[in-house]
Parts: sequence; structure tokens; C-alpha cells
Amino acid sequence: MQKFTLSVLVENKFGVLARVAGLFSARGFNINSLAVAETEDPTVSRMTMVVDADEKTLEQIKKQLNKLIDVIKIIDLTKKDCIDRELVLIKVKINAKTRDKVVQAADSLNARVVDMGKDSLTVEEVGDMKKINATLELLGPFGIVEIVRTGRIAIQSEKKGVA
Amino acid sequence: MAKMTGAEILLESLNHEKVKVIFGYPGGSVLPLFDKMYGRKEPRFILTRHEQGAAHAADGYARATGEVGVCLATSGPGATNLVTGIATAYMDSVPIVAITGQVKTFLIGNDAFQEADVTGITRPVTKHNFLAKDVKELAEIVKEAFHIARTGRPGPVLIDLPVDVQLASCEFHYPRQAEIRSYKPTLEGHAGQIKRIAKAIEKSKRPILYIGGGVIISGANHEMMELVRRTHIPVTTTLMGMGAFPDTHPSSLGMLGMHGTVYANHAIQESDLIIAVGARFDDRVTGKLDEFAPHARIVHIDIDPSSVSKNVKVSIPCIGDAKRILKQLLRFVKTAPNIDDWLAKINGWKEKAPLKYTRDDKLRPQYVIEEIYNATKGEAIITTEVGQNQMWAAQYYKYTKPRTFLTSGGLGTMGYGFPAAIGAKVGRPEKIVFDIAGDGSIQMNIQELATAVLSKINVKIAVLNNCYLGMVRQWQELFYKKRYSHTYLNTCNSPDLVKVAEAYGAVGIRVTKKSEVKKAIERAIKEPNTVLIDFNIEKEENVMPMVPAGEAINRMIGGMA
Repeated sequence: MQKFTLSVLVENKFGVLARVAGLFSARGFNINSLAVAETEDPTVSRMTMVVDADEKTLEQIKKQLNKLIDVIKIIDLTKKDCIDRELVLIKVKINAKTRDKVVQAADSLNARVVDMGKDSLTVEEVGDMKKINATLELLGPFGIVEIVRTGRIAIQSEKKGVA
Repeated sequence: MAKMTGAEILLESLNHEKVKVIFGYPGGSVLPLFDKMYGRKEPRFILTRHEQGAAHAADGYARATGEVGVCLATSGPGATNLVTGIATAYMDSVPIVAITGQVKTFLIGNDAFQEADVTGITRPVTKHNFLAKDVKELAEIVKEAFHIARTGRPGPVLIDLPVDVQLASCEFHYPRQAEIRSYKPTLEGHAGQIKRIAKAIEKSKRPILYIGGGVIISGANHEMMELVRRTHIPVTTTLMGMGAFPDTHPSSLGMLGMHGTVYANHAIQESDLIIAVGARFDDRVTGKLDEFAPHARIVHIDIDPSSVSKNVKVSIPCIGDAKRILKQLLRFVKTAPNIDDWLAKINGWKEKAPLKYTRDDKLRPQYVIEEIYNATKGEAIITTEVGQNQMWAAQYYKYTKPRTFLTSGGLGTMGYGFPAAIGAKVGRPEKIVFDIAGDGSIQMNIQELATAVLSKINVKIAVLNNCYLGMVRQWQELFYKKRYSHTYLNTCNSPDLVKVAEAYGAVGIRVTKKSEVKKAIERAIKEPNTVLIDFNIEKEENVMPMVPAGEAINRMIGGMA
């Protein structure tokens, strides 16, 4: 199993997300993360999905997605040069002793502290998977209360041309 | 331009699509639509007695004619009753458009009376579906629905139409073309791939054509015949492909798979080249996948890319319309490869292990089918239910033309055959239409006898009555130590199918002896009315040969020693 990033352009209509989600559940495909929003063209939405699959299943996922009438285009970003980002909000346990250490740790990663309470503070991190993982590793020992992630989004780099 | 209501727009749109007949059933959420159909001759409306019957009839109409079949039902239970029929059409790539009433738009999501999320329920069993929320979009939706249903790999499309949209009005313009930017099926095959296929055929020593329903759908049977004429490559058909190549032709190996012929299955297993056309390597065909055709390179011609390399690894895929691809292929394939040894070997198998049953004085189902074949001179449209009746109908009637064998292959829907026969007869009134049924499945849509009788749709039903749910009983006999758990239907005691037929105003004939078979079939054909023949066949006759589930397809019960 491997993680693949697919960028799927779909008609911006009601019910399309249900069609895509239904297809994944009906055929037993695994979605790792999914981010959906309108594109520069308001009639088109982009779904950026990370799927867990082997090569054969990935082929089926792409073919089955293409069969949906509302799917306009599928771009497999996995092997393409692209910029990918995810935003993560991490609520970390603090006390009088650890508070400054957590703030320092966040600073060292250029992550922002966006909320501060008595028993916890919230760190916002934006980055690719490597950066997010590094942040989670560094903050983990302090005690994580909650993590909220947007799921990965990605855009192709200009140098290799458009898909 | 004068304004029209949604109900009128729908009916006008159907006229633009040249819809001649609608099968359906009224209800509260389609009242405005039915009101506009009052006294209207075109399209013809055929009132079934259950919505499932309407869906199967639309399906049978579509398979028999190649046109889009249309069915209509009300919201909620009316729509959910269509679902089995829609799923049946979906699995077998049959173009139907199902129209369902829906509660008023402002009530949607409110758990209103007779409300169901029909677009949600049918999403996995339709090629596409629409909820028409605005009357201004309706004409375009109908146009797109028919376009999607009949093009590419065909399939069912559903239009959910709320009551208030049926009543709202706007100007009517029917679009000339459906413009769907995200839907452009590939029709032309890749030229390079077609040349590679020709090369592979030329070099092959043990080739076989494995052809399915796609050949019938694309109308590629003439091209297929020409390919065989030039190359002498033997042909095996799937259940869905029966009629795509004549069973009577010397190159025909009949059906393959679980209840295929011994020689078709052996030929597949020993082949060095399988040319699959419009078939999808279903599990009933391949048997144990790891041991399927171990020496063969596989060519796969199909319009649906997702069918390619789904189950087996394909060496030369070619996506597109079978007819166009075969036409192109014929430009490069002029002569036969050197396969005389291969053909001799196959002929040896044919002689050694033909399809056979015990020919004695007992009333056996295979004999009934052979006699239906003889009496109709092979010219009838045969529909089937599902189970033993279906397999015997596939094995013992010889199909020579496309669209003459209508069966629920993918979903395996009991209760399909009779309403499908009604639809087929409406579409092809000049044909004799026989539903080959079992005593279990005929009872699943028996109420359509009223439809057939009252709408004067003259169909013939041959019930192979063994008082059992025969195919399941067969599995219990062979794999569950004869523990016949709840498969004895006791149809010998209830119902009396002859009386049931008569109660509906159809003709009922009971046949208990082999000697009565011919006469009964001939009488049924002559009757100007719907006829049900209750053949009281041998109770524990089995469909043979048979590949046990999970076995390689050349290891057959009743196969070669």
C-alpha cells in the first residue's frame, strides 16, 4: 500500500461529493484525506484526495472516478512536481513549567501559537507532510489534547508545465 | 412562445426522443404527469401491476429493440420498487430512463408522505441520475438523460421530478444536442493497438474469441462473423453475448464459464491468445482467477476502460466501440493464422464431451427447451428468469441473432423474465416471445399476467416446474450434503399455476408427460392470448456441466475424465 495524491476536478453541483464518497465506499477504496472547494471557475470544484492503494487499485480508482459523469478531470500528482500543503491545528497540554518550552518549540519550527489557555495552547502549522510530521513529533512529548487537520491540498509546479 | 408545464415538457421531450412506449404505475406524486397523459396516444402507456414489472419491461423493450426503454413510477415506494429493475439494467448495461415523482421541492428532506431519497438510493445502480429542481432545466435534463443512457457503455439513468416542478411552467426549447463537458466516451480504437492485435492474431497458434454483450450492444455481429470467416478462430460467448455469434456455426463453442461447454472451457484454458470483445471477465466466467488461461496473452476490446485489467492482466487493451474497432481490425487481418492443429484438438473435445442429458421417457427440462427451439425454428425471443431455467435456456436453445436472448446476467434477478418478455413483445410484436421460467421465479412477478392479458401483449411462459428453488437446491445437493434448507417450494401443491393463469384470463396448460410437450408448445404458439405452460419436470435434474465455485474452469463436474 502506498499513498497517492489525486487532484480531481468535478462539476460544482450538489450531490457530487456523495457520488465520489459513495464510489469509494461501494468499491472498498480507502480515502486518507479529502479537501474540497471551488476553483477559479465557479462551476468547477477541486477535490484533492490522498488515497491508500496499490498500483492496481489506484488504476481502478482513477477509471471508476472517470466513469462518474460529473468528474471532469483527474490529475495524479503523486509522481509530478508539485507543492503540497496541509494546515494543522494542534492543541498541546501546558502547565506553568512547560508553557514556555512549548512556545519555544513552536517558534523553532516557525509554527504560530494562535490560542493560549490555562491548561493548553493551540499551535497552527502549515506545511508539507514532512514539516507537519516534524511538528507533531516535537510537540508530542508535551501531551497532545487534540489535532485537527484540513487534509492535503496540492498544486503543480510551473516548471514542469501544466497537466 | 407559449408556456408549458413541467409535465407537458417531460412528455414533449419524450416525443423528441422518439419514445414510443412508457411502462409504469401511477401515484400521488405523478398525478400532474398522469393528468397530461389522459387520452394521449403517444407515447403509448402500459400499466403494469407492480413498479418492478415496469422497470423490467422497459429493460426487456430496450434489449429487444436497442432503443432506450422508459419506465415511470411515483415517489417513495413506487420509486424503491423500481430499484431492482434499475440495478438489473445497470449490471447488464441496458439503456433505460426511469422517471420518478418526488414530493414538492420545499418538502424534500422533511420526511414527507411517500418521500424517499431516490437519487441517493439509486446512485450506485444508475449510470447517472438527476433531481430536477427547476422546470427551466427539465428539457435539458431529459436530453442529457437519454444521451447518457444510450451512449458509451449504456446504462440506466433516473430523473426524479418533484410535483411542483411538474406543475410549474416555462417556455419549452428542446436542445438539439446534449453538451456534457465531462462525458465524452471513447469510440475509435487506438490505431497502434489495433495493429498490435492483428500481429498477435497472426502469430497465435491457439487463439480464441471470447465475446460478450458489448458485441450485441454495438451491433458488431457482422464484423465478428467476418473476422471468424477470415481467421477460423473459434468463438465462445458469455451469457450476455448469446446471439452475438450463431450457436449453429461450426466455429461456435457455445457458452463458457460455470455452466459453459466443456470444450469452450478447455479451449480457454489451453489458448495462447484470448481476444475478448465486449466482455468483462466476470467471476462466473473466469472461475479461479489465478489459474485462468495460464498460457494466454489477452487482448481486451471494450468501451469501458474500468473493465480492462480489473480482473485479469491484459496485454493489449483497446478502448472503444467494438464495431468500429473490429472494422479497423479487418483492414489488417486478411487471412487465417496457422491453427489447424488447434482446431482439430477442439473438435476432439467437442466429440468427446458434448452437451448432454439423459434422453429417456422422463419429462426433462432440456428436452422442453429443445422443443421450444424446434417449434419456433430458432426465431423466437427468449427471456429467462434466474437459476436452472436460465442455464438450460442458454445451453439448449440455439441463438443465431443478437437481441433474441434476454436474461439478467449480472445481477441475477429472479422475476426478470416475464415482465422483460412483455417489454420485448411490445418492442418486437412480430416475434414469438417465450419466457423460460422456474416455478420460483415466475411467482416473483406473476401479477404481470394482468398486464399481458389486459394490454393484449401475447407472450408465452414455459414454467420448468420442479417444485424446488432448483439452482440453490442443486448447490445444496452437491456442496451441502443434500440438506435442502428451505428450497422446497412445494409448487406441486400451491399455487396451481394453470388455475392462476386462467384466473388472470390467460391460457393455462399443464404438461406432465414427455409425449405432451410438442403439442402443448404448438398450441401455445397458435393461441392469440398469453399462455402459461406448467411443465412438471424431473424434480432433481441438475444443470451440467458445472465448475464448482472457486475452481479453475477446466475442472468441471460432468467434464472430461
